[in-house]
Amino acid sequence: MADVTYETSYDDLVNEPPLAQASDAYAGAYDTTEGRVFTVIGQDWDSVLAPDEGEKERIVVNMGPQHPSTHGVLRLILELEGETVTEARCGIGYLHTGIEKNLEYRTWTQAVAYVTRMDYLAPLANEAGYVHAVEKLLGIVDDIPARANLIRIITLELNRITSHLVCLATGGFEMGALTAMTNGFRDRELVMDLLEMITGLRMNHAYIRPGGVAQDLPEGAVAAIRKVMAQLPKQLDGVPRMLVDNGVWKDRTSGIGYLDLAGCMALGITGPVLRSAGLPYDVRKAQPYFGYEKFDFDVPTTDTCDVYGRFLVRLEEINQSIRIVLQALDMLEPGPVMVADKKIAWPSQLAIGADGMGNSLEHIRHIMGESMEALIHHFKLVTEGFKVPAGQVYSATEAPRGELGVHIVSDGGTRPYRVHFRDPSFNNLQATAAMCEGGQVADVIGAVASIDPVMGGVDR
Amino acid sequence: MTDSQETAAVVPAGVTTIPVVDVRSGMFGGSGSGDTSGYGGLIRTIEMPAPTARPFGGWFDEAADELDLALADDGLSLALAVEHVVVDRNEITFHVRAEHLLAFVSRLRDEPALRFEICTGVSGVHYPQQAGRELHAVWHFLSITHNRRVRVEVSVPESHPHVPSIVSVYPADDWHEREAFDMFGIVFDDHPGLTRILMPDDWPGHPGRKDYPLGGIPVEYKGATIPPPDERRSYS
Repeated sequence: MADVTYETSYDDLVNEPPLAQASDAYAGAYDTTEGRVFTVIGQDWDSVLAPDEGEKERIVVNMGPQHPSTHGVLRLILELEGETVTEARCGIGYLHTGIEKNLEYRTWTQAVAYVTRMDYLAPLANEAGYVHAVEKLLGIVDDIPARANLIRIITLELNRITSHLVCLATGGFEMGALTAMTNGFRDRELVMDLLEMITGLRMNHAYIRPGGVAQDLPEGAVAAIRKVMAQLPKQLDGVPRMLVDNGVWKDRTSGIGYLDLAGCMALGITGPVLRSAGLPYDVRKAQPYFGYEKFDFDVPTTDTCDVYGRFLVRLEEINQSIRIVLQALDMLEPGPVMVADKKIAWPSQLAIGADGMGNSLEHIRHIMGESMEALIHHFKLVTEGFKVPAGQVYSATEAPRGELGVHIVSDGGTRPYRVHFRDPSFNNLQATAAMCEGGQVADVIGAVASIDPVMGGVDR
Repeated sequence: MTDSQETAAVVPAGVTTIPVVDVRSGMFGGSGSGDTSGYGGLIRTIEMPAPTARPFGGWFDEAADELDLALADDGLSLALAVEHVVVDRNEITFHVRAEHLLAFVSRLRDEPALRFEICTGVSGVHYPQQAGRELHAVWHFLSITHNRRVRVEVSVPESHPHVPSIVSVYPADDWHEREAFDMFGIVFDDHPGLTRILMPDDWPGHPGRKDYPLGGIPVEYKGATIPPPDERRSYS
């Protein structure tokens, strides 16, 4: 209590405890029916009074949504007891953009350009899942040209490599292994250049279309892919050499973020997290699509159920992806890259011209100078789009983060009636509580990094 | 024009009908401009795939038999728990009555011959034309043991959108049910914490529903005005 007595008008102020005097609009303390609640904003911890005798201290910390190590706008609400996490909850939705609803107002082909923006680290995986579902609805899965499917597999596996490299890079960065980040992003850039060469863009490709792919491989692409695939293992060798047997890294990642097989099953976990629990489940093997059954590759697993195991699984999956890409290159034969049905096939193969990507000059010459019917056909297919028979399908594909499920309902029209993405990040993020509770705050970062959530996919 | 036909109440047990999704007229789908093709009076009824009678084909029959046997332990049968079965595009859909959903999915998970260990979530679908059963909750299940998938669909009226939560059987469905509630207003009874997940907590309405506007503003480009996407012509 202050000794000085002020003028009567200040009575209220001086009768307040010292904390309230120091408090501002954002920080302070107030009493609730559940006890005293303190709000601190940093650098003012001193102002927080020690809790009364016998009162249980309960600290709830918001980690995120802007914390650099929460993988985008993920908000983690942690209840702490000292350094121990007693409860962990996720707050999501900060990146919700209503993509699923938007698709209901676009044609079946236009939708590709939307879904590619969901999980932005694996845009081609989103496209593949969506396109596979549309092709199932149309009943043209078996009519897709072999070359188109091989190009899809090549781009998908290249995408898996870039995605896993980001996971390793950012995961390493978040746990203090800065060199893992610089190396990871350096190696990823090589593969990104390939994707840019093939699709025209580094991300948001809109490359895999219903019926095939947007354009054939450009000249020199096969040689360029081979070159990078030969170079990549050598460069990637640095990561395992630096981290796999690194005592500091192992101490930091072993035994944390633990989730065993029973936990994975209950929580519907798929992808590298499931495989780190020892179950070699991979949709590419179990229910192959795009012709994955023709490829010889392994499904790596570990039985450690922890962050370290997931790191090893991803590392090995990169090597397996390289194997798949090399086999696909050997299988490539000249041929069409779009389905033969002219009522579905996008009327032109896109080509990169002087002013960016657009219709090929050859096609423009054909519709503008040679054939009125071709022009009408082009116009109707591009503006109206094609109709898809009524019904619903579910397509499951193996995205880098796990099983990507796409549920599409068609009402027989030119637009999807309902599209739902079961994004693996969304589902797997549910494991945060199981992985983090009882552990340390610092290990929350490692656990979340090992789930590798991409908020664009979680929130859609 | 078919509203009167469609307002028939919930289909009585044993009677299978084909759910109508839409009734469209004209040749080209577009509206607002004259249809001079001479087919302006054309009326097309768009129907979802019809209920399938036995045999379903493939492993579907075997799974249905197992389900029938297993449900007998609950004093149920496949015919009691399921309105009808649709086999379409090599996928099987069980249209389950809401009140028997929990028993149904418990059997799906626990029966050794079925063993659908993983629930890959629930997706809401809004069919405003299907009076009395406007909101559908659609689950997909995966059996890693048998490498099979099934779809389970429950239809409820918009006026009473209550579906039992299956989180007690499949904990993985937690966030998925919250999302379906958030987007479609389907209330999953006995869910441990049914709150909005993607939209802000105080958001009014359920954005996934067909009567919820997409939003958007017209865009002006070189003097011409392009309406927002939901006001543009549809060719369905």
